[in-house]
Amino acid sequence: MIKIRELTKRYGKKNVVENVSLTIQPGTITSFIGPNGAGKSTLLSMVSRLLDADTGEVLLDQNNVKKWKADAFAKRVSILKQSNFMNVRLTVRELVSFGRYPYSKGRLSEIDEKYVNQALDYMNLREIQDQYIDELSGGQKQRAFIAMVIAQDTDYILLDEPLNNLDMKHSVQIMKILRKLVDELGKTVVIVLHDINFASVYSDRIVALKDGKLVKNGPTSEIINSASLREIYDMDIPVQVQNGCRICVYFNSHA
Amino acid sequence: MRKNSIKLLSLLVLAIICILLYAFYDIKGGFDYAFPRRVVKIAAMVVTGIAISYATVVFQTITQNRILTPSVMGMDSMYGVVQTLIYFFAGSMSIWVVNKYLNFGAAILAMVLFALILYRFLFRSDKHPIYLLLLIGMIIGTLLGSLVTFLQVLIDPVEYLGLQSMLFASFTKVKVELLYIAMVILAASFIYGFQIMGKLDVMSLGRENAMNLGINYDRMVMNILILSSVLIATSTALVGPITFFGLIVANLSYQFLVTYKHSILILGASLISIIALVGGQFLVEHVLELRTTLSVIINFIGGVYFIYLLLRESRATR
Repeated sequence: MIKIRELTKRYGKKNVVENVSLTIQPGTITSFIGPNGAGKSTLLSMVSRLLDADTGEVLLDQNNVKKWKADAFAKRVSILKQSNFMNVRLTVRELVSFGRYPYSKGRLSEIDEKYVNQALDYMNLREIQDQYIDELSGGQKQRAFIAMVIAQDTDYILLDEPLNNLDMKHSVQIMKILRKLVDELGKTVVIVLHDINFASVYSDRIVALKDGKLVKNGPTSEIINSASLREIYDMDIPVQVQNGCRICVYFNSHA
Repeated sequence: MRKNSIKLLSLLVLAIICILLYAFYDIKGGFDYAFPRRVVKIAAMVVTGIAISYATVVFQTITQNRILTPSVMGMDSMYGVVQTLIYFFAGSMSIWVVNKYLNFGAAILAMVLFALILYRFLFRSDKHPIYLLLLIGMIIGTLLGSLVTFLQVLIDPVEYLGLQSMLFASFTKVKVELLYIAMVILAASFIYGFQIMGKLDVMSLGRENAMNLGINYDRMVMNILILSSVLIATSTALVGPITFFGLIVANLSYQFLVTYKHSILILGASLISIIALVGGQFLVEHVLELRTTLSVIINFIGGVYFIYLLLRESRATR
């Protein structure tokens, strides 16, 4: 269980994340939504220890994440950030194998290979596993990085805008895979999303941030309605139900 | 993988050929006289080559770039500053010069401190573009260089001659007693290095990915900075500054052995540097008949290569 308690992060005088408390429900997809600069990525970075909080704490199984040993933590929680610039030339398979590092320390055992193969299959990367990352398209690259965190086999998978630069087909593909990870393997996924419709259709819970503050936190059905969305985005967004999915039609709304 | 072992093996053979050639070719004036001297020079070149290669490759991994090296960032200039300050304030007859160990220790300490302060400031956030870092490094280098020149103008001319010989890279007048210390330092750094090879591989994925995979990134960066500055300081104190050497050998190694594995990259860079130094010194002594020095050639070739890399990089980022 991940618990966030009164977390605050300041850059200069500005509170990027202000006094946020929430619990991540295990076995769900939780989406972080909100306008640009709301502090979603910052919050995710603090949960995953990439960034230190100024005040407050993040607890994983009752223990402050800062007190966890780095390699033990890496077996429980994985994070994928937006930009993944690398200086080295790696093949897809080599990159995904890095996901096993917390277990293998660089020497892959048979079990490690099994997880790598599984992750490659999950992301449909088998055919291009020997291609170099820098030769791939944006979508393939993103899938390769997600395969790496899948191979890491953590209970918690945190993804910072994984749909950035992806077309509709690949976005849907990735969201479906995340759904499968939760439903079949019992993982917990926390994801920062910009497109509220992906959040609405695929996530179990939604956490909405605005100006660093938590404004909404609850099951998707309670958040995706015009009143709540108005509070989050300052926009009148009609919500229509199609095949049981709540779709936000924000394209023509007045701010 | 197989291909890389063949490549490494051929580099090894070439390095051994260079060493044998340098050790035994055209020995004049008595084997007993010339041979031990040549062995000392070879040992100095091997130690220097490995130290610079090792330091440069790990430095470039933690700074996430392939153009900056500790030398380019001003480590060499710092060596000049230390020696000039010693000559200026204490003089060539002082214990700081006469006692080789003390001089060596002071140089290493100062350079490591300089590196830590500089890199702490520069690389704490990885937001700086590489050109800014390069610019800062060059400005610091120029600043320190001007400071050195200023002090050198004021210094006694006889003292200056002594100082000058300290500031030019040379394999021909290696201090044997320092060679042993350098070997010990190199051995110790390799014992540490064996434990972190896997971590270095992971760190080449960048800060966030490495932290995700359970690397204590910021602490590792600090450790590796100290490691690389100790190594560069050691090699500089041993033979003098060869600014662009690390840059050449590290990049040749990346190009020749396309891999992310640091054990292979460092081994490759070390072998390349042994070939370049021992083979180069052989050419300087027997073909060019000492009409120039190896460090001049290395800095010339390295400088050209450096410009080539800069141009290539700027095209790639556009």
